[in-house]
Amino acid sequence: MKKDRISQKRLNFPERLYLAEILRGLWITGKHFFRNFLMHIGRALGVVKKRRGAVTIQYPEECRPIPAGYRARHRLLRREDGSPKCVACMMCPTICPANCIHIRAAESPDPTIEKYPVEFRINLDRCVMCGFCVEACPVDAIRMDTGVVEMSASDREEFVTVLDFLLDSKPAKNPV
Amino acid sequence: MTVLILLAKIFIMIGFLMTMAVLLTWVERKQSALMQDRIGANRADIFGFRMLGLFHPLADAIKLLTKEDFIPPSGDRFLHTLAPWIAFTTALAAFAVIPFGPPVHLFGREITLQVADPPIGILFVFVITGLSIYGVVLAGWASGNRYGLLGALRGAAQTISYEVSMGLSVIGLLMVFGSLSPAAISEAQGGLLFGVFPRWGILVQPIGFLIFFTAAIAETKRIPFDLPEGESEIIGFFVEYSGMKFGMMWLGEFVEIVVMSGLIAVLFFGGWQVPYLTPAGFLFPGGGSIALPEGIVLGLQIGAFLGKVVFFCWFQMLVRWTLPRFRYDQLMRLGWKVLLPLSLLNILVTGMVLLTWGA
Repeated sequence: MKKDRISQKRLNFPERLYLAEILRGLWITGKHFFRNFLMHIGRALGVVKKRRGAVTIQYPEECRPIPAGYRARHRLLRREDGSPKCVACMMCPTICPANCIHIRAAESPDPTIEKYPVEFRINLDRCVMCGFCVEACPVDAIRMDTGVVEMSASDREEFVTVLDFLLDSKPAKNPV
Repeated sequence: MTVLILLAKIFIMIGFLMTMAVLLTWVERKQSALMQDRIGANRADIFGFRMLGLFHPLADAIKLLTKEDFIPPSGDRFLHTLAPWIAFTTALAAFAVIPFGPPVHLFGREITLQVADPPIGILFVFVITGLSIYGVVLAGWASGNRYGLLGALRGAAQTISYEVSMGLSVIGLLMVFGSLSPAAISEAQGGLLFGVFPRWGILVQPIGFLIFFTAAIAETKRIPFDLPEGESEIIGFFVEYSGMKFGMMWLGEFVEIVVMSGLIAVLFFGGWQVPYLTPAGFLFPGGGSIALPEGIVLGLQIGAFLGKVVFFCWFQMLVRWTLPRFRYDQLMRLGWKVLLPLSLLNILVTGMVLLTWGA
């Protein structure tokens, strides 16, 4: 059986002297230093606008653009008269793998609609952001397009989003 | 009066070193960030002003001063406290013989711009940097920690190995300039080589410079020779240090960088000499000349020295963020099998050249 071996290039003489190789390394890092240095100065003076001196995204101040179709926090849609679009058909809690959606249905006063949700809770603490609920919904009542990815709370209860909150959530402004 | 001048000089020197060392902690972060396309520390702010992260050294100082100063129960209280002081003061003391500029005539007195000018100045530097190893060894020993002790042993072995080459590498230079005093060496580098080039140490002793620079980085115990420390992987001699004692070890390292930069500038890059600048003004080899008043000449010369020191601090940082760490056997091989024979050869060749063509 042939043995697997990590191929190791034999260094030639100038490489074994290290000196030229060290200078080459210093040249590369030095190039980065001066390029970024000038770029930062250029940006501070307003000369350089497009390119930036660092790849860092300074997070709380600037965020990465959220692509369209990104599964962020949920929201529920309304009909034109303002009532929830949801018909409380129980598709989403059925398919939800994390079992995080809780719906309490009631008979709708509108004769053309069978049911409506009295209570609609999503426990974001459990949610795995799989988006199955969005796909399962027969009436396009739930979407995950708010663009909100920063979800934090100091209490577990705060992770449970209720009906009004979900209905009042807005879609993300300009998804890329 | 003499005492007052001396005290003023000591004050200025320590102030300069400490300022540089504190600034270098900031430079280290920012420069490494620039080299790696990052932004670097910029979060410490005072009333919303961030000043490019310049408040981070301040934040560091506050953090180190308010941290618990822990001495391990198995350690030696006295030596554990003494070690950072040795590391720190020896780093500071070595700068005493390095001249900032030419002697100044003020109020009928000649003031040398260095704290002391012993005729054996270079030897003094080597003695002091040699003593600094006590800080490392005592820190490792007094910690009562096996890893600390191993780090200290590595440190001792490394310092001994590289001190030899470091000492030998400047012998050629001392032979060329015929003096051991840093002031005299700086003075002698004002001359011209073949009537064109400034007679700087790098031009008369290029091999000596390479060996000295390598050994100097090894002396400051920084990458690629940071085996005594190796904070995150192999654990160094100051594992058991916390609070300001750790801060002193840490600051001492930055002071050593400044000292080594000063030494390299004095020995190999003309100290305070500006090429073609004589006390009367610029005097170019082609025949052109610019007359300058004494004050401007002095300012240029001190500025040149500070510029050289800053440049070599920057360059040492560049090296530190470029190269990987040596393995221990590679370190020893480089020290004993490459640098030592090379420095001996350098002395031999320098001697033969001096004998043949004269100084």
